[in-house]
Amino acid sequence: MSKKTDVIEREEVVVRFAGDSGDGMQLTGTLFSDTSAFIGNDLSTFPDYPSEIRAPQGTIGGVSGFQVHFGHKQVNTPGDYADVLVAMNPAALKANLKLIKSGGTIIVDQDSFTEKNFRKAGYQTDDPIKEDQLEGYNIIKAPISTLTKETLKDEGLDPKSILRSKNMFALGMVYWLFDRPLKYTEQFFERKFKKKPKVIDANKKVLEAGYNYAETVELLTPTYRVSPAPIEKGIYRNIDGNKATAWGFIAASEKSGLQLFCGSYPITPASEILQELSTRRDFGVKTFQAEDEIAGICTAIGASFAGSLGVTTTSGPGLALKSEALGLAVMAELPLVVVDVQRGGPSTGLPTKPEQSDLLQALYGRNGESPVVVIAASTPSNCFYYAFTAAKIALEHMVPVVLMTDGFLANGSEPWRIPKMADYPDIHPPFVPQGEKDWMPYARDPEKLSRTWAVPGQPGYEHRIGGLEKDELKGSVSHDPQNHERMVYLREEKVNRVVQDVPDLKVEGEPSGEILLVGWGGTYGHLRTALDELQKEGHSVGLAHFNYIRPLPANTHQVLNQFNRIVVCELNRGQFIDYLAMQHPHHTYLKYNKVQGQPFTTVEITEHVKKLLEA
Amino acid sequence: MANNNDQSTKLTAKDFKSDQEVRWCPGCGDHAIMNAIQRALPQMNIPREKFAFISGIGCSSRFPYYMNTYGFHGIHGRASAIASGTKSANPDLSVWQITGDGDSMAIGGNHLIHTVRRNVDLNIVIFNNEIYGLTKGQYSPTSKYGAVTKTSPYGTIENPFHPGELVIGAQGKFFARSVDLNMKLNQEIFLEAQKHKGTSVVEILQNCVIYNDKAHAVIADKKHREDRQLVLRHGEPMIFGKNRDKGIVLEGLRLKVVEIGKDGYTEDDILVHDAKTKDPGIHLMLANMQYPEFPVAVGIIRSVEADTYEHKLEEQIDQVREQSEYQSVDDLLQSGNTWEVK
Repeated sequence: MSKKTDVIEREEVVVRFAGDSGDGMQLTGTLFSDTSAFIGNDLSTFPDYPSEIRAPQGTIGGVSGFQVHFGHKQVNTPGDYADVLVAMNPAALKANLKLIKSGGTIIVDQDSFTEKNFRKAGYQTDDPIKEDQLEGYNIIKAPISTLTKETLKDEGLDPKSILRSKNMFALGMVYWLFDRPLKYTEQFFERKFKKKPKVIDANKKVLEAGYNYAETVELLTPTYRVSPAPIEKGIYRNIDGNKATAWGFIAASEKSGLQLFCGSYPITPASEILQELSTRRDFGVKTFQAEDEIAGICTAIGASFAGSLGVTTTSGPGLALKSEALGLAVMAELPLVVVDVQRGGPSTGLPTKPEQSDLLQALYGRNGESPVVVIAASTPSNCFYYAFTAAKIALEHMVPVVLMTDGFLANGSEPWRIPKMADYPDIHPPFVPQGEKDWMPYARDPEKLSRTWAVPGQPGYEHRIGGLEKDELKGSVSHDPQNHERMVYLREEKVNRVVQDVPDLKVEGEPSGEILLVGWGGTYGHLRTALDELQKEGHSVGLAHFNYIRPLPANTHQVLNQFNRIVVCELNRGQFIDYLAMQHPHHTYLKYNKVQGQPFTTVEITEHVKKLLEA
Repeated sequence: MANNNDQSTKLTAKDFKSDQEVRWCPGCGDHAIMNAIQRALPQMNIPREKFAFISGIGCSSRFPYYMNTYGFHGIHGRASAIASGTKSANPDLSVWQITGDGDSMAIGGNHLIHTVRRNVDLNIVIFNNEIYGLTKGQYSPTSKYGAVTKTSPYGTIENPFHPGELVIGAQGKFFARSVDLNMKLNQEIFLEAQKHKGTSVVEILQNCVIYNDKAHAVIADKKHREDRQLVLRHGEPMIFGKNRDKGIVLEGLRLKVVEIGKDGYTEDDILVHDAKTKDPGIHLMLANMQYPEFPVAVGIIRSVEADTYEHKLEEQIDQVREQSEYQSVDDLLQSGNTWEVK
């Protein structure tokens, strides 16, 4: 290890913070990300936390991690492997071993290296470095707990509060390592603990102590510099997928002039959407925390019936419970948006881990011929756009829309160039104008096939809707066989015609060639990064990433036609590939799947494609 | 709630009938209940377009199709949830939930109790015929213990729910009971249910002529009803019987039927009905009175004032709005930590 401080310019760096789930690693990671964003790096983050709130302390099951990837260039993923791992205890070290780059830097809290903690983490010996063969790594053992206690010994804080701030000591060290200013984090303390000056002071002191410790012991060498990324001009903020989803609906409420009503039931990893919307009473948002998933969607349908923008949010198990009611919205032809923040399944599955295995459920998981529009967001920040778009389609076409995101998008965050609402289109629901003669509830717009919308309170348009089959025009109950068949086709054709609003599918990379990577939803960042790397190496590869699943973009066939082989990459056993092959059978599809409750790594994809190209 | 207007005051029962053919069986109690509602609505001084009738699944749940108002025939058990959404979204509407004992007590039990707990201002009418009619004769959660039906050929081995007990247990503020053919009392109750702010639950003992005929006859029969029903009216003594000679007294912690003029009981000993007392104790006892030990209580058993869910929701929105720093979505997007890339 060198004793001299070098500064090394790096294109990109991945840092992973890991500790007990009570150690405040999510906050530490978020603060580091914010500072990196403020100084102009592009970045992407991903929290990886256990589903238990507090699993037994010191055990592998209780390790909570937060990974941030920041760069001088565009960053599309939270990164495959960490250059730097901060491990607050032996369990955090053990749990993250496979996620560190060979020879990377590992900062550990030496005070946590006790016999008791080794046993809890499952180490056989008292030397994890040797046991895990980490000799080639840059290991920094810092007495983080002791120094934190020492720093705060005269602050008059209780021992528990003192130890709680040790994460700030570690953060200070990492700031020094990457040559980052402390001021943004200090400003955070000032805002967060406005009424507790003592706490502000203590946190600042510990942060500085960590920074100074790293500087004075000169063990942390070399330091890295990652210069600002050349990103588009504008005002930026960090945003995660769930917040972006919530805000997208509020934007749709503003652009349609309709009240936003969210009937929902808490479920990981979707709860934050309901939480954010509950906070937004200032935008007139009505949230209704229902007694169950079914009541969640049913209250939303009831609100749609009353003329609101009805929304319900859930994850896979909740979508299963909502199926019957979603069918009711299909039949009643009311606007409705259902958000499915996918997680590992089946059953309770892996509540905190991302997967893309709800696609077929969203497309087909209902009784009867029950078509709905299905769209998927592909980055944390574009959840805003797709939530807005889901609402726009639902309201203008009088159709239920399922918006698919996943745990990776929901909790991952990235800098977002804040859009101006003036650049977003207005939303025009097909309300029946007052004074319309001979109005019929199921008479349709000839283009969209959407029915016109009369809401309770409008005199002269009293009518009944419901789950029984409807007469083609009057909307009254009809058991006529021919009418039923016509209605089945009409409902399907209505969904098909949403294609008019769907932009053409874009191909990134090569417009034609040997291999087309195909993805949908939350895997975009990894596929895009893999594409960049493959292209850099001179391979003939393109990427078509789908945001519109049903209906598919009009030019889908054309795009697929330009490549010899089509590799559909999904975090499931191959659901989109089957759907795609059904819609566009005249192509040869290959599948590449991962079902581990984890995102792809870029390397996995590039290696797979290279193997295909060699074969 | 809606204002008086000229149009609404001129409305008659006929204005509330839709053009759909009513398809309940001849002799079904549903016909009478609908007639009573159609007669009560014009008396409410609410414009027709402000009524929404929302139902689940079952014979009774066909109701909205027969009403010339806004209507929504939902899915089994979920009417309370749909109606809660409609009322919360637009508190200006008069929202009625029409349901049966299967729809509200079995598959929809969860939604019903939570709606009652929240006190959403709905008028919920439960058509209780103690049987599944639409599916042709299986026992329901209100079927009497031992009832022989298609799915209980040897008699049920389940204790029935009593809607009143369930509603009061769920902190219900308004509960009334009546019998399908009692047109006068039913209209009275519906008017009061509409006036009451909060969830009003009205249980109508309804006869299913096909699958559970005369289920309520023992108390509903013309010959016996005065002796076997106690009509409750707020502020009036609990006297019943053809000769108005029987009454209810409180003895210790229990209700008891006495004969006025016998065993030293006078009219002064008879309990006076207080529907408005917050304490649900006596209301629960009244709701649970069973024949033959007691007469069955009909009329408004409980009617207690309390703030409604949708009102509190709107109030909160107003309060938060007043203090908000945001005028538009643009403001929201720019809030918190932002930075400029030049």
